[in-house]
Amino acid sequence: MVHLLSIENLTITPVNAPNRKLVNRVSFSIEPGKTTCVVGESGSGKSLTALSVMGLLSDQLNRASGKVEFQGRDLAKLSADEMRQIRGRQIGMIFQEPMTSLNPVLTIGYQIGEPLTVHLGLKGDALKAKVANLLEQVGIPPHRANSYPDELSGGQRQRVMIAMSIACQPAMLIADEPTTALDVTVQAQILSLLNDLKQTMNMGMLLITHDFGVVADVADHVVVMFRGDIVESGSVADVLGKPKHPYTKALLDCVPDAEGRKPLKPIDYAWLNDEKVS
Amino acid sequence: MGEFVLKARDLNKSYIQRSGRFGFGTTKVKALDNVSLDLKHGSTLAVVGESGSGKSTLARCLLQLQPLDSGSVLFQGRDLAELPAHELREQRRHLQMIFQDPFASLNPRMRVGEIVGEGLLIHRLGNQEEQRERVVQMLKRVGLSEADMLKYPHEFSGGQRQRIGIARALVLNPKVVVCDEPVSALDVSIQAQILLLLKELQQEMALSYIFISHDLRVVRHVADEIAVMYQGKIVERGAIDDIYRSPSQEYTQNLLKSIPGQRALALSN
Ligand SMILES: Nc1ncnc2c1ncn2[C@@H]1O[C@H](COP(=O)(O)OP(=O)(O)OP(=O)(O)O)[C@@H](O)[C@H]1O
Ligand SMILES: Nc1ncnc2c1ncn2[C@@H]1O[C@H](COP(=O)(O)OP(=O)(O)OP(=O)(O)O)[C@@H](O)[C@H]1O
Ligand SMILES: [Mg+2]
Ligand SMILES: [Mg+2]
Repeated sequence: MVHLLSIENLTITPVNAPNRKLVNRVSFSIEPGKTTCVVGESGSGKSLTALSVMGLLSDQLNRASGKVEFQGRDLAKLSADEMRQIRGRQIGMIFQEPMTSLNPVLTIGYQIGEPLTVHLGLKGDALKAKVANLLEQVGIPPHRANSYPDELSGGQRQRVMIAMSIACQPAMLIADEPTTALDVTVQAQILSLLNDLKQTMNMGMLLITHDFGVVADVADHVVVMFRGDIVESGSVADVLGKPKHPYTKALLDCVPDAEGRKPLKPIDYAWLNDEKVS
Repeated sequence: MGEFVLKARDLNKSYIQRSGRFGFGTTKVKALDNVSLDLKHGSTLAVVGESGSGKSTLARCLLQLQPLDSGSVLFQGRDLAELPAHELREQRRHLQMIFQDPFASLNPRMRVGEIVGEGLLIHRLGNQEEQRERVVQMLKRVGLSEADMLKYPHEFSGGQRQRIGIARALVLNPKVVVCDEPVSALDVSIQAQILLLLKELQQEMALSYIFISHDLRVVRHVADEIAVMYQGKIVERGAIDDIYRSPSQEYTQNLLKSIPGQRALALSN
């Protein structure tokens, strides 16, 4: 069976420390119309995995092993030009820190419009209308197309990234913590927008998040990462309902409750290490 | 000194935004519309509200990082706008900010040890040896290590960068910290660790926090009082338990209703 995206045996190391495995033999796949959530420790390799799929790893990092196939094509074998065609058109990406990927000297309207011009040839009034429509979909008044990134709030920047990433209706969306700066009402609006794309366009989604509320609401499949390894993966019901790995159990124990009754308690890593973590 | 460490009176701030079909028109938008608040000594005031409602603007204006159109901010009874420059610089050490966008707020050309230690150097707190020791201790308390001192911001993950910003603010033993989404990029374990650290420091040093967050579960755990912002105004405020039990504004009710995963997580617990 051909997956929408399959990652096989992906290992990432710093160029100058080839034995330090930031991502260690990671494998999983994404299916059309389904959402896979990647959760796990801060620093466990979630963003590097996503960046590596997009071919955007920094040159200080090295993909030591692994194969990434998108719709059956090995992405490493594509030319730079072919990869550019896929990026933004077939695969949309929402980066974890919006300011690192928005250009500070271009208006947000221009930046949302760019993929539409490059990939779909939209120009003039048709382009303007489409940009306005995308802004509306993410809850930003269309006249803000004239604003520059530093004139927007944190959550508005995040939504500009979201608008850019879905502009060309990609077959797959990689979203790295896409709603961290959004209040829950706007977050609900964005998640429902993404869900619509999933249902109407059969878009597959790789969603990285720390928010187990979001995982419970949108995931079909869950992958748990810990120190570069995948320690557990399965259906959302299994991973949240019947976690097997001690790290997953410990992490779920830390989820704060809405009533504020459960005391805050971080993971006791000493205990976790004894409890056999490979 | 009184019960309140920080008082803000009638803060107003507008932005001019380009508008119209070709961007030649302008409109004035009120990001802060007569906002007043009082922060009790040693307590935590949460500020929640819609994306774009003016929370970060409030944060920057409270700390004089951005000029107000009108209104005043009193820190320990003194109007910050009227302090002479050298005194404001002096007071800055006591008024710290954890920024919403960690990457943008960290100088990419400085090593983490320098970033976190810079304030100690500027305010001449301790000798070189003591400064280094304080930086190391603070990095450890936020879950980073001594070896991280020599690295640059781009060598870290998003959540690790957020913790560098937290360490930089807390290492100075400030009196007031304005935290703008301080734990939004952290896994729930590190999040608990940081929230406990904030509480510990609060007890040790009677620190006061303004805690901006969109996560109402987190807010419930850390705040004594809460203020809800909507379109530049504070529309509701009160003791945390009262607001969660019986929110009076429709927007607040919607916020509480929209916490994701309530049904599914309730089932699995
Ligand atoms: N350029 C780099 N050089 C060396 N180490 C790096 C570099 N970039 C990232 N790392 C390290 O790789 C590890 C994985 O980083 P990654 O950004 O994938 O984490 P993450 O799972 O996304 O974490 P978070 O939830 O905090 O965003 C981290 O420990 C980080 O410090
Ligand atoms: N420099 C600026 N020029 C024009 N408008 C601005 C500027 N900075 C902020 N704004 C606007 O002012 C409003 C308030 O922004 P602010 O950053 O304070 O919101 P926020 O409550 O922090 O939102 P978020 O939760 O999304 O971070 C927003 O609509 C924003 O677009
Ligand atoms: Mg990350
Ligand atoms: Mg903000």
